[in-house]
Amino acid sequence: MALYNAHTGKPQIRIIRNTGIITVLLLFAAATIFPIYFMIISSFGEPVAAGSMDYKLFPTSFSLESYKFFFQFSPYTWRWLLNSLIVATTVMVTNVLFASMAGYAFSKIKFKGRAVIFSLMLVAMMIPYQVTQVPLYILIVNVFHIENTYTALILPGLVTVYNIFLAKQFMSSIPNEILECAKIEGCNQFQIYFRIILPLSKTVLAVMAILTFMDNWNTFFWPLLVTNSMDMQTIQVGLKSFKFANTTLFAPMMAGATISALPMFILFFSLQKYFLEGVTVGAVKG
Amino acid sequence: MTEYAKPIKRRKFNSDAAWGYAFIAAALLIFIMFTAYPVVSALIISFQDYKPLGSTFIGFDNYTETFKDSLFWKAIVNTIVYTLLTVPVSLFLSFSVSILILPFKKRMQTAFKAIYYLPAVASGVALSVVWLWIYDPMPEGIFNKLTAFFGLGTHNWLGSSTYAMFSLVLMAWLSSHGTSIIIYLAALLGIDGSYYEAAELDGANFFKKLWYIVVPCLKPTTLFLLVTGVIGSFQVFQNAYLMTGGGPDNATTMVGLLIFNNAFKYFEFGKAAAQSLILAAIIAGISVIQFKFLGKDVEY
Repeated sequence: MALYNAHTGKPQIRIIRNTGIITVLLLFAAATIFPIYFMIISSFGEPVAAGSMDYKLFPTSFSLESYKFFFQFSPYTWRWLLNSLIVATTVMVTNVLFASMAGYAFSKIKFKGRAVIFSLMLVAMMIPYQVTQVPLYILIVNVFHIENTYTALILPGLVTVYNIFLAKQFMSSIPNEILECAKIEGCNQFQIYFRIILPLSKTVLAVMAILTFMDNWNTFFWPLLVTNSMDMQTIQVGLKSFKFANTTLFAPMMAGATISALPMFILFFSLQKYFLEGVTVGAVKG
Repeated sequence: MTEYAKPIKRRKFNSDAAWGYAFIAAALLIFIMFTAYPVVSALIISFQDYKPLGSTFIGFDNYTETFKDSLFWKAIVNTIVYTLLTVPVSLFLSFSVSILILPFKKRMQTAFKAIYYLPAVASGVALSVVWLWIYDPMPEGIFNKLTAFFGLGTHNWLGSSTYAMFSLVLMAWLSSHGTSIIIYLAALLGIDGSYYEAAELDGANFFKKLWYIVVPCLKPTTLFLLVTGVIGSFQVFQNAYLMTGGGPDNATTMVGLLIFNNAFKYFEFGKAAAQSLILAAIIAGISVIQFKFLGKDVEY
């Protein structure tokens, strides 16, 4: 019936087998989350320079001094978090909006050049980001002269081809009959999009929103390139600045790392279903 | 002769088409500006000695220089080594784990999926900072304590050219395989139970079923993960940049980092553009080869 033998009638064998499997899975899980565990427990240590470090695998003391130290490192630490929030939120909203609109048009509206434009976008998705990074940098810094602004941080990410593809894939599965009905009832295309397509695509758009937010919260490379003063850095670039300035302060560095990751952990545990769904939504159907 | 009524021209089509263009307008504009234009621009820059004011056309110089550059070849070799060491192991690990998760109830599966996915949620910068301390070269370092315990001695993991690459590889092995595990598990759950039934009637044991049913059925998934894994691995940049800076002695300089350094450390935009296009060509070539050799009997 299944890959595994049912061992019907011999429950002991099944229990032993499952216990063995769970042990292996837990060991692997422990290895996978060890860095995160280590980061969190170490962040509660005292902010002293690591001369002769004594790393602890289990928390022995609890102090928030290292967090205090991290926030006092620069007057902009809170600003880093705020910058990340502003950039990630804006990019999330524009992605959901533009990708859902384009996805609807590419999947349900017939117009000349539709197939060509869409396949052009798909081809571009396979080009590594190294190719576009230099011209993008030149465009933002040398042509537009907008380095070190929110615009520079946000512009290139306004909508990604991947998200357009995701929206198109999902919307293709919405039955045409519903749209025909709406048309007969007198809906124009915008009303169809707003009243029918959007509500029906809620789940996939939620997945898209969350994953886009996470990507942009965690992104390091682009903010590193286009920011040159501490007040415009995002938390990830800020963490790197902190690391360079305080190479020996172990606990505060862990506190900083924890702070940069904590919002995503909270998001993950509260919206876990969407995260896990998001993995397969693009891969299996695609 | 009877006159047939000519079909009425569909006015609706036109207004629909206008809506279509309106709906893709924003996305298309962004795509042209921040993807299509940069690609074309990269191609042009790669033939130039780029200067902000007045670049000069220098033909294929950037390309020939790159091919003569021993550091470029070293970076290519490093990238290939890193890819060969990480991608197959990741595939094997995530395949094994998804097989092991399979017999359990859905709630247990979800719990394990969440645990394995968790590191993917944390930022790469945060994790690299943590690993930097795990690899502390002092004997008190966590990883050194572990290797000393097993009698392997203590080493300067990131600082010696012998171990730096291995250290980055180990980090990749222990980072999140959540994505691949989830994708594998979804594919596993999609295998029709009747296959197993038929195999059982023929007396197949667990490993026979694994080899003759599961492996072939998951071939498209494996191919997908392999191709995306290799593509990702060839662009790898962040960990090397943050943890070793490509050192020591360029032992961990990979193509992604080399391009970054050429562009934003030495500001040789022309060279960087040429190298990025070579990288794109290599990635495209490898992807085609993978599909050709492994995708023969894969149905989509």
